[in-house]
Amino acid sequence: MRTYLLRRCLYMIMILLGASMLIFFLYSLTPGDYVDNNMNLSEQRKAELREIHGLDRPIIERYINWMANIFKGDFGYSLAQQRSVIDLFQDYIWNSFLLAVVATFFTWFFAVVIGVLTAYKQYSLFDTLVMIGIFAAMSIPSFFIGLFLIKVFAVDLKLLPPGGMITTGSRAVGWEYIKDVLHHMLLPVAVMVMLGVGSLTRYFRSNMLDVIKQDYVRTARAKGLKERSVLFRHALKNAMLPAITLVGFELPGLFGGSIIIEKIFNWPGIGQLYMQSFTVRDYPLLMGFTMFIAILTVIGTLISDILYHTSDPRVRL
Amino acid sequence: MSIPTTTTHTARARSPVEASSSLWRQSIRQLSKNKLAVSGFIFIIFMFLICFIGPLFSPYADNKINPAMMHKPPSMKHWLGTDLLGRDVLTRLLQAGRISLTVGLASMALSMTIGTILGIISGYYRGIVDQIIMRTADLLFTIPGLPILFIMGALMSEWKVPTDYRLYLVMLMLSIIGWPGVARLVRSQMLSLREREYMQAAVVLGLRDRRKLFHHLLPNVFPLLIVIATLSIGGAILSESVLSFFGLGVMPPTPTWGNMIDAANNVIDFEKRPWLWIPPGLAIFLTVIAINLFGDGLRDVLDPKQKK
Repeated sequence: MRTYLLRRCLYMIMILLGASMLIFFLYSLTPGDYVDNNMNLSEQRKAELREIHGLDRPIIERYINWMANIFKGDFGYSLAQQRSVIDLFQDYIWNSFLLAVVATFFTWFFAVVIGVLTAYKQYSLFDTLVMIGIFAAMSIPSFFIGLFLIKVFAVDLKLLPPGGMITTGSRAVGWEYIKDVLHHMLLPVAVMVMLGVGSLTRYFRSNMLDVIKQDYVRTARAKGLKERSVLFRHALKNAMLPAITLVGFELPGLFGGSIIIEKIFNWPGIGQLYMQSFTVRDYPLLMGFTMFIAILTVIGTLISDILYHTSDPRVRL
Repeated sequence: MSIPTTTTHTARARSPVEASSSLWRQSIRQLSKNKLAVSGFIFIIFMFLICFIGPLFSPYADNKINPAMMHKPPSMKHWLGTDLLGRDVLTRLLQAGRISLTVGLASMALSMTIGTILGIISGYYRGIVDQIIMRTADLLFTIPGLPILFIMGALMSEWKVPTDYRLYLVMLMLSIIGWPGVARLVRSQMLSLREREYMQAAVVLGLRDRRKLFHHLLPNVFPLLIVIATLSIGGAILSESVLSFFGLGVMPPTPTWGNMIDAANNVIDFEKRPWLWIPPGLAIFLTVIAINLFGDGLRDVLDPKQKK
């Protein structure tokens, strides 16, 4: 196990180094940065700013500096917002996390329940309808469904707010504040659940179908257990086991925000921050964000692998 | 002496052409029993026909700007109304469909080609070549796709790529994101196929590598490739629409479904003129559903191991 972990970590660092290079050179290849695009600055001031932020140095040197700082946990300094990227992340990340954690919870909940039921009633009308629903969910363009729901529920029916996290100008605290946020969360969470639930339901359905045929399920039924306890206690436990590997893959989604959803619903999360910075070409922030997600992805994959190996003793490292 | 005679005998009895054609025919027969897949297929054909032939019969196909007809709601004359330049939305929707479907198909073809060739090579030769190819794929998996597509889109804008060429670059961008998945799948198939008896026979016969790879191994991954190809068209259409919606993909005046929905970024168009952005959204949605249903039906038939 230890040698395996060591090898994995080494490989992880290699991949991240490669990723950082690709990200850095791709972004610095793009001409025009925040200093260039700012019309209010004089030529002299621009040159000064470039010197302060090291933009006049050769590209290799800039990369090495950037990389060295990331190892120290410093993702750079946002030129547009005049704050360090890490600080900005800390401000926005929890909003993204709130949205993602609630959406992930409901996605898994619905996927497990529907997956178990459709597996139990395979080829029934219910199963067919769910299958069609799953295909529909997997085929929705996320930005379109977001816009469509805003149009229906916020603009036409005026039931829900069209976007944001709290009502503009609201100074509510305590319970009122929580209610306000929940009200604003409803639509984005609904869209995120809709987008994610399709493939996960399919996954649980097919796992359940495998498990239901096993002998121990027959034994449980033969013992005269209630069908509900056979399905949800005996079968589901084993159907859930392979799903443990998916937990790690949720990591980038939980903390990395969702660019499209946050943009459409004007949610003050990290994805929205990315889009804002994109329009002004605030490269330190853009690079920091991309690198951050890459790191989360790599860590998530590692967690998945470890969980997979520890959950199933048959798998040798 | 009897053994060689029997082998040649069976080999002659089942000539490769005959065997494969009956396999295909069998698959088609099986597929035609799957109602969802068939309706998906019919819808895809319908969409292609209407997008490529429809505009020829439209009186508004020249996209002439008509200030008198700006922002008209749907009517008998303009079934889906007109846009801010007085152009017919239905005609533009169909013309956009041409582009969106072409981008979907072309970027699929490109990523399939790159992915298959690299996957075959790395699964067959293994060793250092495999390492290089697969580590590159890992790298592309690690970096989030959307930011990379965005920055490539911005790169095109900064380099002032003419709008006509953006179309082709978008296809290329999508296939850069798409090939690693294909390569992984093909490689994993390769690893098991290369150990089969018929490959040992191919080695014993002293066939050249090229012949082994493209005449013996490739045909055996073909069913799988068809399935991934079908399913990835849907994904490519979705990615293109996201990019174009954010103004980083194909740009107007070339219409695509994605950049038509861009109208929703304008508050008045969004609230008061839904005919501008709802039809292209539905078009994407229905086309992608149809593709996914058909692709899933194909998978059941061609890749029975996956069937559930």
